[in-house]
Amino acid sequence: MVPVNYYLIVAAILFALGVLGVLIRRNALIIFMSIELMLNAVNLTFVALARHLHSIDGQIFVFFIMTVAAAEVAVGLAIIISVFRLKGTIHVDEINLLRG
Amino acid sequence: MVTIFFFIFAVTALVSAVLMITYKNPVYSALFLILTFFSLAGMYFLLEAQFIAIVQIIVYAGAIMVLFLFVMMLLNLRQETRLPIGRPFQVALGSIFALILLIQLFFIVKVGLTVSKFGAFPPEKINKIGSVQVIGGELFTNYLFPFEAASILLLVGIIGAIILGRKKLPNEM
Amino acid sequence: MDLSLPVIHIQSIYPQMILVLFAIIVVILPLFVHNLKRELLALISVVGLVLAYFSLINLWGQNLTGFNGMIVGDNFSIAFSIIFLVGAFLAVLLSLNTVENEYLNYSDFYSMLLFALVGLLMMVSSTNLLVIFIGLEILSISLYVLAGIRKMRVDSIEASLKYFLLGAFATGFLLYGIALLYGASGSIDLVEIGKYIQANGFSGTFILAGAAMLLIGLSFKAAFVPFHMWTPDVYQGAPTPVTAFMSAGVKGAALAVLLRFVWTIAPLSKADWTIAIWIIAFLTMTVGNVVAIAQSNVKRMLAYSSIAHAGYLLVGVLAGSQLGQASIMYYLLVYTMMNLGAFGVISYLGNSNKQENLNLRDYRGLGFKHPFAGLAMAIFMFSLAGVPPTGGFVGKFYLFNSAIQAGYLWLVIFGVMNSVISAYYYLRVVVNLYMHEPEKEVAVPKASLGLSFALLIAMVAVLQMGIMSSSYFEFFRQAVIAMP
Repeated sequence: MVPVNYYLIVAAILFALGVLGVLIRRNALIIFMSIELMLNAVNLTFVALARHLHSIDGQIFVFFIMTVAAAEVAVGLAIIISVFRLKGTIHVDEINLLRG
Repeated sequence: MVTIFFFIFAVTALVSAVLMITYKNPVYSALFLILTFFSLAGMYFLLEAQFIAIVQIIVYAGAIMVLFLFVMMLLNLRQETRLPIGRPFQVALGSIFALILLIQLFFIVKVGLTVSKFGAFPPEKINKIGSVQVIGGELFTNYLFPFEAASILLLVGIIGAIILGRKKLPNEM
Repeated sequence: MDLSLPVIHIQSIYPQMILVLFAIIVVILPLFVHNLKRELLALISVVGLVLAYFSLINLWGQNLTGFNGMIVGDNFSIAFSIIFLVGAFLAVLLSLNTVENEYLNYSDFYSMLLFALVGLLMMVSSTNLLVIFIGLEILSISLYVLAGIRKMRVDSIEASLKYFLLGAFATGFLLYGIALLYGASGSIDLVEIGKYIQANGFSGTFILAGAAMLLIGLSFKAAFVPFHMWTPDVYQGAPTPVTAFMSAGVKGAALAVLLRFVWTIAPLSKADWTIAIWIIAFLTMTVGNVVAIAQSNVKRMLAYSSIAHAGYLLVGVLAGSQLGQASIMYYLLVYTMMNLGAFGVISYLGNSNKQENLNLRDYRGLGFKHPFAGLAMAIFMFSLAGVPPTGGFVGKFYLFNSAIQAGYLWLVIFGVMNSVISAYYYLRVVVNLYMHEPEKEVAVPKASLGLSFALLIAMVAVLQMGIMSSSYFEFFRQAVIAMP
């Protein structure tokens, strides 16, 4: 039997890797994939906790997170394609993601 | 047995996640992300969440990542000549931030959690009824409203993607 | 396994259902009727808004809960919903002023606006974090599309990409926070989480980290400092009606969720969470106001001003009292009016496709050439700066008063100082309108009737809320969340 903490730690590392990917990569597609990684880390946390707590709410939440991710991907990729059509690149250097 | 599988899946997930955020070519990144998703699905099986595991493979690996790869092919991103990652300053800052976050998260989960009250669905019960039936039952009773709201969400996603994705019509300026 | 359907109370979601229905009508109708005038589409949307308004009023005071507690139709949610409806109504009127076809397709625009409104309503009318999350996503996805709806313009689509990437990033934090709160309390309902916290104290790493990450996620959405980086570019790139709607709406919904969350744990452990919110409120006010001074683009200036106003509203959250809640709702309504009004004047004076006239210099001398727009802008600027007898002054007074009663004297002093700073850049607009000779000939397009009507409504409302504030305030006093 694997303790729940092991799953949570794996999820925490995955989440941090996703955050790292968002912060260091410049390609909008890869940034977006890193965000998906973050969401998956959350999903793992939810499922592990649901089992630990003897509750089903966590699994249901994961089901909805997946639905949301699917809708978000559809719109997000449409935005990325529009940017590519106008600018010919999807590097976010020129977009200055964090400029105030 | 479960422990061995857990470590196999965990190591696969983590290694391919690292490769995903470091690989220069987005197509390889996407493939490694798919590998991560598969290992996560494996972990869901270990956690006896069979329904979520299957949906993970169908939705994430099947639908979402295929869409990603499709867009990559569509945009025909040749080897980008620019740096795949940001300037050293950004990388350092990002790494520090992620490291701090990681340490905090580690600290959080290390302390562990005490369960104040257990829910109504211990794993044995879920296994007996079947995880699909339990989730389905909850979705159509207690979670009826979010379930319906999710359909609105998907509708917004569809309409939004069409609005942004379609080329302009001749009568539009 | 036997299933039994919970008590549904379908009327508790009538407003959302009406809005979804009209959003679908607006997007489908042009497929069957060709050459549909945009005024007609706007009219249909307004009909939807009015019907939703009446169904909301109908729910007032009933305290319905529907769908097994998933939907909470208390006065709190109704009051916020009404504020959002007003915002959407003004945004629809504002959109009539842009050149024909500027958004390519008006049916898309109105349907996305109505869907965004559905998301807002869902967010404020539930204590269940799952419903709040889905509402937030409906809102966010519609706004990503709305920000980039002028997709032939680089700044618009870039704004959309920026908003999308940072918004999705913030969603990750929000979800992790929810997961941690769930781990500690075993529930995804704010009321249950509140009960857990009241029994076990606002402590334990899961609760603390979960609350912190939830706060980070909401701060991104509501543009609190230091999570405000996306705001100026997105507000500048998005179409003006969208900017106006989003600056009031998203902020309001995030604050409503924050209020619900804070309120479940408020009486118990004040000291723990208040420090964090104190600092965020202080930073948000100060950074927003100080940076706004340096802006010469009016739309960008209003973006920073909207950050500053988020800070003022947070002062009311900090008060942690029913007085604070009512003050927030009051100020949010005033802010919706004056902010949408100010953005309305921007689109009155500039036609966004060819010449936007967004620089402060473009405004020189326009006050006399366009007396109506000039007067409206002056009133909105006075109100934003908090000059009596406008609604902005009374709103700030209520907010700061509630904070003083809760013992946050220093924060209120900083808040007042900030108001003084902000007066400089708001009044600079008025000075430019009336006290400078025009430098060049500025072409001002003919304003539509809808826009003038919207400006008139906003102007009257801002003044009326300043002069007859007590009746509004009494209304919001009935809308506070009851003591837990």
